[in-house]
Amino acid sequence: MTTEGTDGLIVDAEVSRGDFTLAVSLGAAPGQVVGILGPNGAGKSTLLSAVAGLTPVSSGRIVLAGQVLDDASTGAFIETARRPVGYVFQNYRLFPHLTVADNVAFSPRARGMGRQSAQSAASHWLSRLGLADLANRKPAQLSGGQAQRVALARALAGQPGLLLLDEPLSALDAGTRLDVQAELKRHLAEFAGPSLLVTHDPLEALVLADRLLVLEQGRIVQEGTPAQVAGQPATDYVAKLVGLNLYAGHADGARVVLDTGGTFVIPDRGQHEDVLVAVRPSAIVVSMQQPIGGSARNAWPARIVGLTLLADRVRLDLDGQPHALVDVTPAAVADLSLAAGTEVWASVKATDLSVYTHQERRSA
Amino acid sequence: MTRSAQSHLTDRERARRAARGGASRSVPAPLLVPALIAVAFLVLPLAGLLIRAPWSSLGKALSGSDATQALVLSVWTASVTTAISLVIGVPLAWVLARASFPGQRLLRALVTLPLVLPPVVGGVALLLAFGRTGFVGTYLDSFFGFTIPFTPLAVVMAETFVAMPFLIITVEGALRSADQGFEEAAATLGAKRMTVFRRVTVPLVAPSLGAGAVLAWARALGEFGATITFAGSFPGQTETMPIAVYYALETDPDAAIALSLVLLLVSVVVLVSLRDRWLRRGPVQ
Repeated sequence: MTTEGTDGLIVDAEVSRGDFTLAVSLGAAPGQVVGILGPNGAGKSTLLSAVAGLTPVSSGRIVLAGQVLDDASTGAFIETARRPVGYVFQNYRLFPHLTVADNVAFSPRARGMGRQSAQSAASHWLSRLGLADLANRKPAQLSGGQAQRVALARALAGQPGLLLLDEPLSALDAGTRLDVQAELKRHLAEFAGPSLLVTHDPLEALVLADRLLVLEQGRIVQEGTPAQVAGQPATDYVAKLVGLNLYAGHADGARVVLDTGGTFVIPDRGQHEDVLVAVRPSAIVVSMQQPIGGSARNAWPARIVGLTLLADRVRLDLDGQPHALVDVTPAAVADLSLAAGTEVWASVKATDLSVYTHQERRSA
Repeated sequence: MTRSAQSHLTDRERARRAARGGASRSVPAPLLVPALIAVAFLVLPLAGLLIRAPWSSLGKALSGSDATQALVLSVWTASVTTAISLVIGVPLAWVLARASFPGQRLLRALVTLPLVLPPVVGGVALLLAFGRTGFVGTYLDSFFGFTIPFTPLAVVMAETFVAMPFLIITVEGALRSADQGFEEAAATLGAKRMTVFRRVTVPLVAPSLGAGAVLAWARALGEFGATITFAGSFPGQTETMPIAVYYALETDPDAAIALSLVLLLVSVVVLVSLRDRWLRRGPVQ
């Protein structure tokens, strides 16, 4: 966590909206992109709204580059218009009555530049984002990807010290999303200040963010690098997002007793604590007979309760102890005549289990 | 419709149903007859106006000095009324739509009252406030030697009293339904509240602003009761077109009809200019 006096953003605050309370503590260093990942209603947009000054904090404070933006204990509050913030909204909110150039010139104008210099500032950003040809269009005449870039140009043209992006790619169709994503990554890398990027798309978060923060029901449930979050999910929500089986249990040396029933044999690393076990669906093997193997192999009987075709593989939903999602090839489904209701054996090597401390329980 | 199970569909009806779906569009007699009576009731008077119009001497009837004076007076007072309504009515609409303070509902009710109040009552009320002996007018008279009633200013005040609420209600509704996300976006871009109002809020409600202004102008042009009560009917000074029509009906019916036709024409123009808002079927885009 960054400390006060640095150039970064520090949020240590609670924001109440009706009976929903967001309580977060986070820091973002200059140049760093912090991804905020979470389901709908987790408080992601509320967080951005508080940083932008659209919603005041109910307790705690928000500090940017040493400047207090909002502090409930002293009453200090800087109005949205005076915060050095660039905000890219989910649906962009481009002013429909202004041309692209005027949209981008809006912030320089509003922040006190003359018409001429605002126009030239706008054209600088337009050409930087490859939008020069669209300068005289109205937002209604733009494609989704173009509108996204105009929104980014408009936010950057105000020369903000902090960039807030609310689901910047969610309004785009799958085809343009990848292009715009690559471009956005480049512009975020060039941006000198801290950025907060809200998303519910794990891929977007993994690609764009330097650090990830998972928000659920107004609380931060996990924080780390994208690799940490993807490899060692802390909650079922994250596990589902990154496509892993996740089990909570208690480790005792080479054994984990799972909360939901069943046990796993694990490589003994001397863990004696509450742990989480993550397993890739492709690491689990399905067979008709009980597999005969070494002791470092976990095997348990299960029943197939669901099959879903995913591109080049079939995801089996196995009911057993424990419950598991397993990926097999379509050929295997045919060879073994797998169907809903089929009794099978699931097995996984102990070395394919990722076992790590259950942070939430340790702190509880 | 025939009573037998089998009925006949014309090719045109077939095409219509195929294109737009839906069942028969024929109207049952118990609805059709009253509907036709209603149409007749609304259309016949207008037809009467057109039939009785002195088409050949229309120009002469309108160029009579009284008629011209009334026309000129009506147009400029209605225009000034509209301008005043925009200058003070739009801010009030914003306050009603966006601010929040105790008594706001009461204020909205008061603003709306002139819409349903008989205009003549408005005229009486204006007289009691701004008349020579009214509780405001008496001070204007004693301090400045200035009286309002029976002047063109009184015409403008009477028209504003009656017409401005139309503008306020129209604009307030537009402000309420406008997406405030744009205003938030403007704030994050560094715009202070007046800049937001000027550069975002007003342009976004511009169509409603225009509609409200046209509505207020038309209402002001047709104002009769409040005007004649508060401003009287001095030709050239306070005799607006509706008042001129009323008096001309006794002395010069041709002029009355000619002036009525002018007002009818103006109404049609107003209706056409607002057609997108009022006459379009289904939800407005």
